[in-house]
Amino acid sequence: MSLFDKRLSEIHSALRAKELSVTDLAQASIASIKEHDNEIKSVLHVDEEGALAHARQLDERLAKGGEELGLLYGLPAGLKDNLITKGVRTTCASKFLANFDPVHDGTVSQKVKDADAVIVAKLNMDEFAMGGSNENSGFYPTKNPWNTEYVPGGSSGGSAAAMAARHFYFTLGSDTGGSIRQPAAFCGVVGLKPTYGRVSRFGLVAFASSLDQIGPVTKNVEDAAYVLQAIAGHDPYDSTSADVDVPDFLSALTGDVKGLRIGVPKELIGEGIDPEVRDAVLAALKQLESMGASWSEVSLPHTEYAVPAYYLLSSSEASSNLARFDGVRYGVRADNASNLIELYKESRSQGFGAEVKRRIMLGTYALSSGYYDAYYKKAQQVRTLIIQDYNSIFADFDVILHPTTPSTAFKIGENVDDPVKMYLEDICTVPVNLAGLPAISVPCGFSGNGLPIGLQIIGKAFDESTVLRVAHAYEQSVGYHQRKPEWVRG
Amino acid sequence: MSKYETVIGLEVHAELSTKSKIFCGCKTEFGAEPNTHTCPICLGHPGVLPVANRQAVEFAMKAALALNCEISRETKFDRKNYFYPDSPKAYQISQYDQPIGYNGWIDIEVNGQTKRIGITRLHLEEDAGKLTHSDFGGESLVDFNRVGVPLVEIVSEPDIRTPEEARAYLEKLKAIVQYTEVSDVRMEQGSLRCDANVSIRPYGQEEFGTKTELKNMNSFRNVQMGLEYEVLRQTEVVSAGGKIVQETRRWDEANKKTITMRSKEEAHDYRYFPDPDLVRMQISEEWIEAVRATIPELPDARQARYVNDFGLSKDDAAVITMSKATADFFDETVVKTGAEPKAVANWLMVDLLAHLNANNLVFADVKMTPQGLGEMIKLIADGTISSKIAKTVFKEMVETGKGPKQIVEEKGLVQISDEGALRQIVVDAISSNPQAVADYKAGNAKAAAFFVGQVMKQTKGKANPPMVNKLIAEVLKDM
Repeated sequence: MSLFDKRLSEIHSALRAKELSVTDLAQASIASIKEHDNEIKSVLHVDEEGALAHARQLDERLAKGGEELGLLYGLPAGLKDNLITKGVRTTCASKFLANFDPVHDGTVSQKVKDADAVIVAKLNMDEFAMGGSNENSGFYPTKNPWNTEYVPGGSSGGSAAAMAARHFYFTLGSDTGGSIRQPAAFCGVVGLKPTYGRVSRFGLVAFASSLDQIGPVTKNVEDAAYVLQAIAGHDPYDSTSADVDVPDFLSALTGDVKGLRIGVPKELIGEGIDPEVRDAVLAALKQLESMGASWSEVSLPHTEYAVPAYYLLSSSEASSNLARFDGVRYGVRADNASNLIELYKESRSQGFGAEVKRRIMLGTYALSSGYYDAYYKKAQQVRTLIIQDYNSIFADFDVILHPTTPSTAFKIGENVDDPVKMYLEDICTVPVNLAGLPAISVPCGFSGNGLPIGLQIIGKAFDESTVLRVAHAYEQSVGYHQRKPEWVRG
Repeated sequence: MSKYETVIGLEVHAELSTKSKIFCGCKTEFGAEPNTHTCPICLGHPGVLPVANRQAVEFAMKAALALNCEISRETKFDRKNYFYPDSPKAYQISQYDQPIGYNGWIDIEVNGQTKRIGITRLHLEEDAGKLTHSDFGGESLVDFNRVGVPLVEIVSEPDIRTPEEARAYLEKLKAIVQYTEVSDVRMEQGSLRCDANVSIRPYGQEEFGTKTELKNMNSFRNVQMGLEYEVLRQTEVVSAGGKIVQETRRWDEANKKTITMRSKEEAHDYRYFPDPDLVRMQISEEWIEAVRATIPELPDARQARYVNDFGLSKDDAAVITMSKATADFFDETVVKTGAEPKAVANWLMVDLLAHLNANNLVFADVKMTPQGLGEMIKLIADGTISSKIAKTVFKEMVETGKGPKQIVEEKGLVQISDEGALRQIVVDAISSNPQAVADYKAGNAKAAAFFVGQVMKQTKGKANPPMVNKLIAEVLKDM
């Protein structure tokens, strides 16, 4: 068993007993990256010096005794590279920000540090979180640790692949339309998207502000609960963060699902879902049934409009959010411009990759005078209908359950020429973002070619506790989370 | 007279004098070293978020209520997207379709006529940075101290018919906003700015003519001059059979004309949409009433009070109430010292304003106290000093803040009202100017004034004027 397969309580016991040091953990993380990431490419920058210095500090603190250990004490972490880290390069996997070192920490980066975790590296992603395969990284694509010919998913592909490779104890991703859950499913790890507003977005480089949410990617549900506990909560620097109590997520992990009412939307279990994926999810339902839960088919009647609405809204917001990258104040400035307009045009043409440009153009168009009502406004109306669909299901059910993705990971390069096909793959995840609900992806089996399959569990707003409880009970009963790619030690 | 009617609507921006910026904690004070009042949030760094300043919202509500606006019970912020180096996010956070205030009005007075000008809306937004285009190397410098300073934009209905009305509207608007103390409304510091939409149409036509937008008019005088020029220009174009082109024009102060800035085709599509980083705001009736309760007596109400309670003329009351500082000073002088209101008003309107204008000062520079002015008026009334001497005392009070009695003593300005002493001076003046006496006897009234002048010269202006007049008449009569 690798060091990072141990439970958090075991790690903390070992640290207290001086059988292990935080420096050991940080070095193990750095070593894993050095040894294996040449192939996986989940990491963009390793902050070796900073991580080891922080680790030493934590070791010294424990040696002196007295002070209480933070919830995530000593755990090596990898952060998706759209999370702002003070003094540590933050590029969003964009050439535009290839030289950008933030002057402050984001709220979540700060909370992770305050919980005594050690930030070791910044992780690869689709540029500005736009994409579902990590092929849109401005630097290099990440590969799926289960089979390097396949994509790890995206946009938090680095966060998921790094977890499958056990480079870190936990990683953080961001989820705008499935960007945590989909790569978690593709890489056979756990990915949690909290309720919109549960975790502060201050310090998350915005893609689509009304949809973005930071969340953990972990090897199991318990770890996800720990990390969520550390990063959740109202933030005065983010007025969209909700001023609601943060419950004790760990105490929710009872293993008990008796009497649980599960709704399964017919739109997301039938046509368009790969039979292997469907079978795995149906098997999961059977498993939960055997544990005392019950399930019924329900309907999300506006599902077919979710993807177009999502792409209109997210691209509209992105077109505005990414306008600040103009080459004037930070990031890479084109050196061949002779006037202001050229400076903008050249810097943006050179700095952004193809997918980012596509979304900016799509969003700019959707917001343009004369088109706003037909696109942006209509999409907002669809969003309202989708929220109502969920509300009516949650009147009778505790959770909604369906696949995280219609199929398992696809081959690198397979979908790059067909963006619409790529977008339609998001059908199982984007409705959840439109409604702002919490959802988790947990491993629920493997395809014939050995690729992981993800089960998605969606809860009521701010009811992460139930989502985690169901996911944990299921996970512990089936044990798929314990499988790792063969080459990963242990 | 022109056969065209002018139609003007004004867009006024006023910076709110909150302590911190609208979406971050940076200071707002004017005149700091460039780029010292900035942070990652107002500089629009990646990953930052705005959080609305509650005081800015309240200030906007207060201004809106003072302008007789209705308050939106639900309101929100929108993004106005455009690329320009003064805007670090490449969008300005503003309000599009749900302004905080709407449907207001103010009354203006022009040529003795009261006219009501509608206010379409008042919304809250953030200011942009300040660009300086330097002479060396063609560089442009940007100061982000101003970016994120809260602004209200106040849009009038197209109810204004003359440049003079436009000026009256601005003066009234400025006075009202100044009374609410939510803005310094100082045009010279840029805390009050004005753009105008202008068109002309034949009298009797209901449909509006094609409008032009005028920018860069940085004083009330320039607004009036710019509008006068633009109306003339449009009239000439139309009279010559031409058509007005919809465009934005800039007032060129140096050459006293308006010039094309950008055409309609070059106009931005701002792609407004609700800012997803800011939550919608619900404004309760209680909140509105709490803000309303903080609004002080406004210029119109004060003006009426000064006319009714103190017997000032409407015009005088209007001048006094144009600035809150002047009106407060007036109130305090009258109430605290019991000085005669009309006299207080005269000193403030005539002498004080002349002094401020002559020395390019503002009311805040005045050191005189209400007690001082009240006492001085009493010294005139009881004959201690003459009105003429009082002008010297007044100037000294304004500049030094000393009390009038102290000034009178220090400078030996007490009026000579000793009849015996004055009679001797009068007699001397008359007996040493026989020619003037002859003139007087010949019926030349000016000769009497000559003797007054002589007496004043002898007494360094301190002689009691009515007494001097009386004595001269008596002495001459006896001759």
